[in-house]
Amino acid sequence: MKNIFITILLLALSFGVLAEENAHLQHAKINPTDSESLQRGAKHFVTYCLGCHSIKHIRYQRMSLDFGIDDKKVLSDIAPQGATIYQQMNTAMNAHDSEKWFGIQPPDLSLAARSRSADWIYSYLKSFYADPKKPLGTNNLIFKDVGMPNVFWQLQGEQKATFKTVDGKQEIESLAVNVPGALSEQEFDAMVNDLVNFLVYVGEPIKLERERMGKYVLFFLSMFLLLAYLLKKEYWKDVH
Amino acid sequence: MKTNRITECSNWVLARFPLSKLWNEHMAHYYAPKNFNFWYFFGSLALLVLVNQFVTGILLTMNYKPDAKLAFDSVEYIMRDVNWGWLVRYMHSTGASAFFIVVYLHMFRGLIYGSYKQPRELIWIFGMLLFLALMAEAFMGYLLPWGQMSYWGAQVIISLFSAIPFVGDDLSLWIRGDYVVSDATLNRFFAFHVIAVPLVLVMLVFLHIVALHEVGSNNPDGIEIKKTKDANGIPLDGIPFHPYYTVKDLVGVGVFLIFFATIIFYLPEVGGFFLESDNFIPADPLRTPEHIAPLWYFTPFYAILRAIPDKFAGVIAMFGSIAVLFILPWLDRSPIKSVRYRGGIFKKALFVLVVSFVALGYLGTQPVTPTGTIFSRIFTLGYFGFFLLMPIYSRWEKAKPLPTRLTEQPTIEDHIPALKEVFDEMTVLKPVTNPDDMKSFYGSTVLRRRPNPKGILRVVSRVAKKIKASLD
Repeated sequence: MKNIFITILLLALSFGVLAEENAHLQHAKINPTDSESLQRGAKHFVTYCLGCHSIKHIRYQRMSLDFGIDDKKVLSDIAPQGATIYQQMNTAMNAHDSEKWFGIQPPDLSLAARSRSADWIYSYLKSFYADPKKPLGTNNLIFKDVGMPNVFWQLQGEQKATFKTVDGKQEIESLAVNVPGALSEQEFDAMVNDLVNFLVYVGEPIKLERERMGKYVLFFLSMFLLLAYLLKKEYWKDVH
Repeated sequence: MKTNRITECSNWVLARFPLSKLWNEHMAHYYAPKNFNFWYFFGSLALLVLVNQFVTGILLTMNYKPDAKLAFDSVEYIMRDVNWGWLVRYMHSTGASAFFIVVYLHMFRGLIYGSYKQPRELIWIFGMLLFLALMAEAFMGYLLPWGQMSYWGAQVIISLFSAIPFVGDDLSLWIRGDYVVSDATLNRFFAFHVIAVPLVLVMLVFLHIVALHEVGSNNPDGIEIKKTKDANGIPLDGIPFHPYYTVKDLVGVGVFLIFFATIIFYLPEVGGFFLESDNFIPADPLRTPEHIAPLWYFTPFYAILRAIPDKFAGVIAMFGSIAVLFILPWLDRSPIKSVRYRGGIFKKALFVLVVSFVALGYLGTQPVTPTGTIFSRIFTLGYFGFFLLMPIYSRWEKAKPLPTRLTEQPTIEDHIPALKEVFDEMTVLKPVTNPDDMKSFYGSTVLRRRPNPKGILRVVSRVAKKIKASLD
């Protein structure tokens, strides 16, 4: 009895810790069926991210099939100039250069949403703030000392951190826009949300299809189970 | 004319190969006790999962590249560009975890009904060897996707061998084929995972089943059905495996596949338990993840390893926790097999074992903390206590009288009315506020029921009392 109690206590404690870790993450609204949002997200990705980050496991054609749009529309609206429909989203940046410039090769983002959560990416992209001590002038609240600069500074504006002192240490209390950017806060949030929605899609393009298919598989298996059960009942009539 | 040809053909084969003899010995005239309950599904399910792993594994090898530079991308290639590749891969990754769930339940069945006892010790030993081979298979297979967790998990586990005095460093070097986990390791693990260990698994399954069919199956009452036979020498309480248990196992297969498909189609990662999020990052020998944990099925043993302060002693304890299972048939001194007729002390010990095993499994997934280590030690004692104290407490226990023939217990179907009553007690019917709802789907009495805290409390306390009483 005591063991159970201890186990439950332990479980409760660990969930508390977990909750605290995720407490400062903001919530992204993910909707894989929203083709418009995915298209906008893909477009933003090509504009703001593809310069450094590749998504080498997705082809433009896959997007046209999954978003339900024309190949031509993908090439004209989303893909960078000169790309063909069968190509993957490769970055033009040379790995050697990027390592020289940022100290690290910007990771491929095909599986970013599966290794980090959607909420994490959403919060991360919104949490850059001005930090004159850093070589690129920005730091990030979620990913401290990250090598990436704030690529959205023209849109979001410049965020400033307000500090508080906890146990004699300076800790960031909140971030607020100091110099306004081209987008309002709502517009910027919506834009980042589209981008995250796209990254989640790219993490597992088959997801929608698999969930759609699952219903039929489960229906088939329920029918199989019913038949198997009736068959068993019939055979076992004479066992006592 | 045509039928004659077919008969001739089959006679030709039967004259040269004992097909009907094999069929009769192992299926149609293999007499199994008639009172198998749901615990007896897991043997056939393990076989089903094994076949699933073979078929999906063969399909995966057609596109997987065992090369440190290509492995990670080839898995993603399978997930995206290979037709149905995602399904095959999820079936394989979910199958690995399902294998352990099924095998742990199968072993637990053996534990509660004393299936490891005389005359079935050898079946248990073959089973334990199977478990060991399965662990090797899973461990090596987990390296193949070449993600961060694959890489660092392998690094940690292989480095355990270096704790062995004198030969440790050379041994771990020999296993890896390099000073760190590298392409050489990946290639040899691929060879073992795809050819060597599966061959061993198949051979052991064969031996496991041959040994089982020689002595006959145990049953939930733990008494030998071969003791009471009819005039023809057929056990009175036995029924032919085919068709009775083949059709019954089909029901088990149906239920299992519904769970299996739900995970594959809706929750393939199971919150990081079946596919860890860190494994979606390609292996990077220069960046150690913050928290390295093996997949859930190894975590009880991993927690035992971490509970011991000395590395070598920890390794011994970890391997000891598996080795002790091998000698279980000789640790148990009670003549009674089934938990139904065993004394309360055995039931309590079993309860401690289950709690310890589950708790260790949980602790193994968590980062090391001082409190966690203390609990790991307590539960490690609980785990070993069950086995090592068994020669003592199994002698003391006061057994209940054994029946001479198999008893009939209520089946799951018989419990349905009682379960319905419990459901009614735990919920209250929500009053109808919107009359339109009554016409729709939401008007059904099942969907309108809401949890009833008082009823739930009553049920929980009743269940707790029942569990307590059943431990005596």
